[in-house]
Amino acid sequence: MASTDFAVQMINVNKWYGEFHVLKDINLNVSVGERIVICGPSGSGKSTMIRCINRLEEHQAGQIIVGGIELTHDLKRIDEVRREVGMCFQHFNLFPHLTVLENCTLALIWVRKMPKKKAEEVAMHYLERVKIPEQMNKFPGQLSGGQQQRVAIARSLCMNPKVMLFDEPTSALDPEMIKEVLDVMVQLAEEGMTMLCVTHEMGFAKLVADRVIFMDAGQVVEENKPEPFFNDPQNDRTKLFLSQILNH
Amino acid sequence: MNEFKPLPNLPPPVATAGVIGWLRANLFPSPFSALLTVLGIYFLYITLVPFLDWAVFSADWFGTDKSACISGGACWAFVTSRIDFFIYGFFPTSEVWRINICFALFVISFAPQFFDAFPYKKNLGIFSLTVFPAISYVLISGGWFGLVEVSTEKWGGLSLTLMLAYVGIVAALPFGVVLALGRRSQLPVIRTFCILFIEWWRGVPLISVLFMSSVMLPLFLPEGMNFDKLLRALIGIIMFQSAYMAEVVRGGLQAIPRGQHEAADALGLGYWKSMLLVILPQALKLVIPGIVNTFIALFKDTTLVLIIGLFEVLASVEAVVRGAQWRGLTFEGYVFVGLCFWVFCFGMSRYSQKLERKLNTGHKR
Repeated sequence: MASTDFAVQMINVNKWYGEFHVLKDINLNVSVGERIVICGPSGSGKSTMIRCINRLEEHQAGQIIVGGIELTHDLKRIDEVRREVGMCFQHFNLFPHLTVLENCTLALIWVRKMPKKKAEEVAMHYLERVKIPEQMNKFPGQLSGGQQQRVAIARSLCMNPKVMLFDEPTSALDPEMIKEVLDVMVQLAEEGMTMLCVTHEMGFAKLVADRVIFMDAGQVVEENKPEPFFNDPQNDRTKLFLSQILNH
Repeated sequence: MNEFKPLPNLPPPVATAGVIGWLRANLFPSPFSALLTVLGIYFLYITLVPFLDWAVFSADWFGTDKSACISGGACWAFVTSRIDFFIYGFFPTSEVWRINICFALFVISFAPQFFDAFPYKKNLGIFSLTVFPAISYVLISGGWFGLVEVSTEKWGGLSLTLMLAYVGIVAALPFGVVLALGRRSQLPVIRTFCILFIEWWRGVPLISVLFMSSVMLPLFLPEGMNFDKLLRALIGIIMFQSAYMAEVVRGGLQAIPRGQHEAADALGLGYWKSMLLVILPQALKLVIPGIVNTFIALFKDTTLVLIIGLFEVLASVEAVVRGAQWRGLTFEGYVFVGLCFWVFCFGMSRYSQKLERKLNTGHKR
């Protein structure tokens, strides 16, 4: 049964790309306000999993319930879920033909039906929160990677989402810019946003995560609180992975 | 402690800048290039000078028939004396002011698009795509508001050419966009229909489309039901060109990265809003050169309507140079028609380049 206590519920979720079985029996309950970091080797299905939550990918078996709404083929429900779930992508995916401000107000005006003036106030509020209000009239192509990712976060936050998904938000950034994005994400976590982050930033995981999930070959191998996860991993696969990403 | 100090920016060396630098870099960078430059100038001298002499300096400009042309240059007298026919076709002289109003509106709505400072370009653009064609139709065909009705058989000349091209362009672009979206649709019925439509219209020559519309179609229509020849030709042109347009637009749609669709989806925009607000503005911008290419092709293809007996500008000129008064002036005739077409096509090309520069937001992803 759907429960509204959980922000996101995944019950026995399975997904295939053609013949390839990418997600195998995923079970995941995310409480409201919980911060989850998902890590794992490339191709392990971690991005696919969080992309199922706002139906950028379709699952073929099992149930996904977001904010009490189960995802089915019903397009209305998919739109309802997408309105409540914000997402940030590895390559930012800002709209290059619109200014920073227009990127942020677009969905407010056309999805939330907000008057333009009000939408701009909301957008400015969030652009200030990601510390980038002075760039409002520039185009995405004129900003650095870190600035673009912060605009992307602001764009999602404008919709006042209940859940935020981050799909490797810092992996396309130059090293100098990772911190400015992580700072925004930490701030967001501290304010109590429900977050699911696919990331390899283990420092971030240790700092804010309530739970760390390790995936490999389409399944959840291990999940734990950050402290025991990093200091005392149970599974050999997890140990190997951690030794590879932490000792370099 | 060592402080990092960037070096100052210096001006470029004198020899690479300014007029001398430009001449050196572009015209005389090496002995061979210098030779080519000189040869090029000589070639222009031996071709352009005689042509200008023929076309301008020793041309005859005015007269009532061929006997006025005696100086050996081009005989433009037939253009100046029959200009009304070339522009208005057989349109009654007393009603020509109606076409002139349309020309004026056309200039008023498009000239400002070339100036950045003009504030109402967007509204004017919408006006020129919607209200302007409607006003022009009412004005030119008449029958309303006490205007004398002028049947389409009397339409002709450059005004007919422009009309065909304008309506063709204004209709083919939206049709093409819809077809392109349909061809990429997830719904099999819509996709199949669009593929069949595009492949059918793209696979037949425009001449056969026009013949079919003017000769074959009436045979299939029930007795007594007959609609205007011009309208039939126009529908043929629109169908034909929108199939081409669809493929140009589809090229643009395919160039948009998947991330843009995903970002729009993730914001909950839904199919139509994400297409209209996110995908199409970017896709259409990418394919401006292809779209204008199709527009120019369409504009020139309108000459083909002469084979079904519509007197557009080329047919009008041909009729005059085949007539007794001006017989044998075919060369001047074709130069004149060529110039008419070139002016409009070049205008479109310049406008598209301006648009490309303006819409460039410096984002390559």
